[in-house]
Amino acid sequence: MDFSYTEEERMMLQMTRDFAEKTVKPLAVESDREHKFPRDTVEKMAALGLMGVTVPPEYEGAGMTNICYSIAVEEISRHCASTGIIVSVNNSLACEPVKLFGTEAQKKKYLADMASGRKLGCLGLTEANAGSDAANVSTTAVLDGDEWVINGQKIFITNGNEADYCILIAQTDKSKGHRGLAAFIVDLDNPGFKVGTLEDKLGIRGSSTAELVFEDCHIPKENLLGELGKGFKVALVTLDGGRIGVASQALGIARAAIEDAAAYAKERVQFGKPIANLQAIQWMLADLSTEYDAARLLTHRAAYLKDQQLPYSKEAAMGKLMASELAMKAATKGIQILGGYGYTTDYPMERYFRDAKITEIYEGTSEIMRLVVSANILR
Amino acid sequence: MNIVTCIKQTFDTEAKIVIDNGQVSTQGVNLIVNPYDEYAVEESIRLKEKNGGEVVVVSVGGDKTQEALRYCLAMGADRAVLIQDPALEQADNLGCAVAMAKLISQMEYDLVFCGKEAVDDGAAQVPSMLAEKLDLPQANVLTALEIADGQATATREIDGGSEVLEMKLPAVLSAQKGLNEVRYPSLPGIMKAKRKELKVVSLADLELSAEDVAAKTELVAAELPPARKAGRVLSGEIDEMVAELVSLLKDEAKVI
Repeated sequence: MDFSYTEEERMMLQMTRDFAEKTVKPLAVESDREHKFPRDTVEKMAALGLMGVTVPPEYEGAGMTNICYSIAVEEISRHCASTGIIVSVNNSLACEPVKLFGTEAQKKKYLADMASGRKLGCLGLTEANAGSDAANVSTTAVLDGDEWVINGQKIFITNGNEADYCILIAQTDKSKGHRGLAAFIVDLDNPGFKVGTLEDKLGIRGSSTAELVFEDCHIPKENLLGELGKGFKVALVTLDGGRIGVASQALGIARAAIEDAAAYAKERVQFGKPIANLQAIQWMLADLSTEYDAARLLTHRAAYLKDQQLPYSKEAAMGKLMASELAMKAATKGIQILGGYGYTTDYPMERYFRDAKITEIYEGTSEIMRLVVSANILR
Repeated sequence: MNIVTCIKQTFDTEAKIVIDNGQVSTQGVNLIVNPYDEYAVEESIRLKEKNGGEVVVVSVGGDKTQEALRYCLAMGADRAVLIQDPALEQADNLGCAVAMAKLISQMEYDLVFCGKEAVDDGAAQVPSMLAEKLDLPQANVLTALEIADGQATATREIDGGSEVLEMKLPAVLSAQKGLNEVRYPSLPGIMKAKRKELKVVSLADLELSAEDVAAKTELVAAELPPARKAGRVLSGEIDEMVAELVSLLKDEAKVI
């Protein structure tokens, strides 16, 4: 077993850590408080190649490994989880399905646009009655001559209000259940599309979460992504990859909480000595650091398997489950270590706490992660 | 326009310095490209992008130094040369300068660029030594630079102001913070760097002997700066405090 990074991975770590510290961190507070999408940062990240990390260079991506991708999302999320998920969604949920299921023409246009960062992508899967039960999609796509006509609403769509393209999962034959689903690429510059409600969220407030409304939205026939009836598979495969991204985001939040708590504990003096000298604090930090390393190894194993084109669904679920629950725990303990200060907005710990929660929910809840893992070991 | 850019791999500026047996310990320390050298690399790449030619990064070091050179290649330098030799392991600034000057003298170049100093030993000697060995004009601690018609107009930081020097190329220049804003290596840059040439040469390849680079200086001792003492808060009547402050500044701190 080899736990060392390649030169490329070390460089990625150094570059993204530096970039996140200097460029992402200074905007994180305002982005969170004002619900402000960090558009400038997205443009800078696009110029560096971060919007299409694993996309091959012929489609304007960087052609790097999933481990590099995981490193990048973690380092960015260390300072701003909102920025982290914007990157993750574009890479995992928008670029990846086109890379895996797209035609050459679709890749040349849509994949290249999103991987280069010229356009931003999102995934339209969740609906009011189709969350964990992803097969229960009721948005419809009906073929009318040379066009598909789409009707329905999607909710909780990350990047929704900012995206140019949407990978949409819709029903083409209701009678077939999940076998009646198909995936489409929708250019959102379309008179049949509008953004509905914008969510006011507990955390990741710098990211955009929107309702997407399709009313007689006509798209070209050739924008079907993959085969008819395979939309459910596109969604599941896409989410498997997305879990590496969300796990990495959770790792970034967890590390932020652990590092900040440790720094505070060394400075804060009570009973005449720094609280870091107290075993109660030491053990909290020791447990968190141990779990952080474990979650990171699980996540990188999933990324490694994906790079080797081996099955990684169970491993990605394990990584996301552990990393997201750790993020929540680290932020909870982090606030405990900071005491009253941790509860105020004077320190970013309360933001880590609010940001952490979503990682246990989106792209598969912790319950669905346990379902995926158990289904794999009990079959 | 061909530019040779000299870099040094140094400790991360946030590294905790540990003295072990009278030597600075390198154990577990994160290594980076010396930040002042990064300004030199950035300026070199900008000049190349504007005028064409190539940027060759050069360093003296060991196996790990390849990583620093690779980082410069990822930023956009074209190729790299590492001078690696057991005889250079204990070399001082002069030894490194002698080796690099010999290498550079065998290349075709219009400009030699360095950082103004390395953040580890802070000696700021190599640029001037290179200029001397290569018999070239030099301008150090630059905050601005213009190059036109084979001539450099260099603005350098001096005490209380700045000085503008003009010189014919080739020349040796060294960069100060503020000369430019250093780019990040892009992801495609990192991928391309893997395929760029990184040549390792020994002293024998440069037709130098161990004696040519032998240290002329000796490190006698290394010690950490003394820990900063806690500050003092004066108390009492304002007149008394002012008088006490003045006497402290005069007799204890010796600043007035």
